[in-house]
Amino acid sequence: MTNRKTLKMTVNDTVRNVEVATNETLLETLRRVGAVEVKCGCEKGDCGACAVLLDGMAVDSCLTLTHTVGTRAITTIKGLGTAEAPHPLQTAFAELGAAQCGYCTPGMIIATQSMLTHDTATPDENDIRHGLSGNLCRCTGYTKIYDAVLEGAKAMRETEAAK
Amino acid sequence: MIAKAKTANDVAPLGGGTNLVVEMRASGVGPATLVSVGQLAGLRGITIADGTVTIGAATTVSDILRDPRMKQVAAVLVESADVFAGQMIRNTATVAGNICCGSPAADLVPPLLALGASVTLRSGSGERTVPLDGYFTGYKTSVRKPDELLTAISWPVPTAKSASRFYKLGRRRGDAITMVGVSVFVSLKDGVCDTVRIALGAVGPCVMRSKKAEAVMQGKAPSADLIAKAAQAATAESTPIDDIRASGEYRKEQVQVLVQRLLTQSLESLS
Repeated sequence: MTNRKTLKMTVNDTVRNVEVATNETLLETLRRVGAVEVKCGCEKGDCGACAVLLDGMAVDSCLTLTHTVGTRAITTIKGLGTAEAPHPLQTAFAELGAAQCGYCTPGMIIATQSMLTHDTATPDENDIRHGLSGNLCRCTGYTKIYDAVLEGAKAMRETEAAK
Repeated sequence: MIAKAKTANDVAPLGGGTNLVVEMRASGVGPATLVSVGQLAGLRGITIADGTVTIGAATTVSDILRDPRMKQVAAVLVESADVFAGQMIRNTATVAGNICCGSPAADLVPPLLALGASVTLRSGSGERTVPLDGYFTGYKTSVRKPDELLTAISWPVPTAKSASRFYKLGRRRGDAITMVGVSVFVSLKDGVCDTVRIALGAVGPCVMRSKKAEAVMQGKAPSADLIAKAAQAATAESTPIDDIRASGEYRKEQVQVLVQRLLTQSLESLS
């Protein structure tokens, strides 16, 4: 039995009303409403390409039924920063060449942001491996990704300290 | 709605959805109605009181890792939570969901069995607490009735004279399904093994305790020879299948290796 119901959703600080089927995943809903920066990979929680933040906590949107999101604010990679005003992690990933095809990058950055917020602002290599254990890069560019996370985290700490 | 369920096909509770959503979408079948309980604040949280640790059903794997008290009262559960899938899954998956899915490879179940945990089941007519040992009745089956909701998991705070270990044998450290999962708990009293619990994952239809291996150790002074005999008993009691991740033969060998290693490490940490 599939019902449809209109949900009030907050995506990147914009509130919108979206009609959503009860069996729809957040990944499907987001891409349907145009948030195609959220990537569809394995659709079973292995690859992390679809990661978004719910109230600042990274989740796989492919495993999240949209109806269970409730009032939690949804942040996609576009909500973290734009080309004009990039987030320090986006800058670090770009400058250090931490993307090859780029498909995993939104998920990598979302997972990094969540790790830095909830686990440690000063990650070592082990923390990074742990924080990004649910994100696969099939270009296998992990080394540069680790470098970018270290650099981005440092930039974020400096920004924070300058406040 | 759960309280009115007659069969598991009518209504099922949904925790984080990291397992059930994938299964339902892959197979196209599942319970007619899902009741999302993963976001109920009242079911989430960790309390330590009167020598008992109680975690609410909606507590996530990340919640366990991020609570500094857990290292004191359930270090073995933290070891397991640490190698549980990837960050996003840990942020979403609930402890109760890991139990209720009933997978023989569930990573949190061996340490919870080692800790001697019990689960609380609530229905419209009341509440009961049952030991996790005996909760599973077979492959993905348990004593939980369709109208019952697993609301909490609890275990006694381990005493100073006890030690516990977990090891997950998988292809990678993160994001892998367990080939063999072993957790042991041992406490000493007057130089002999007092309480011994040995839990084996992914080597039978459900996660199980190896009572025969435990009996080998119980009441005896620990020695390398005794540990080897217990490990043999655990291997003999395991009934693994061949599957895509490992052969049954390999799994049996690894039970021997891991039980021996974890018992040795646990006892060494007590001496």
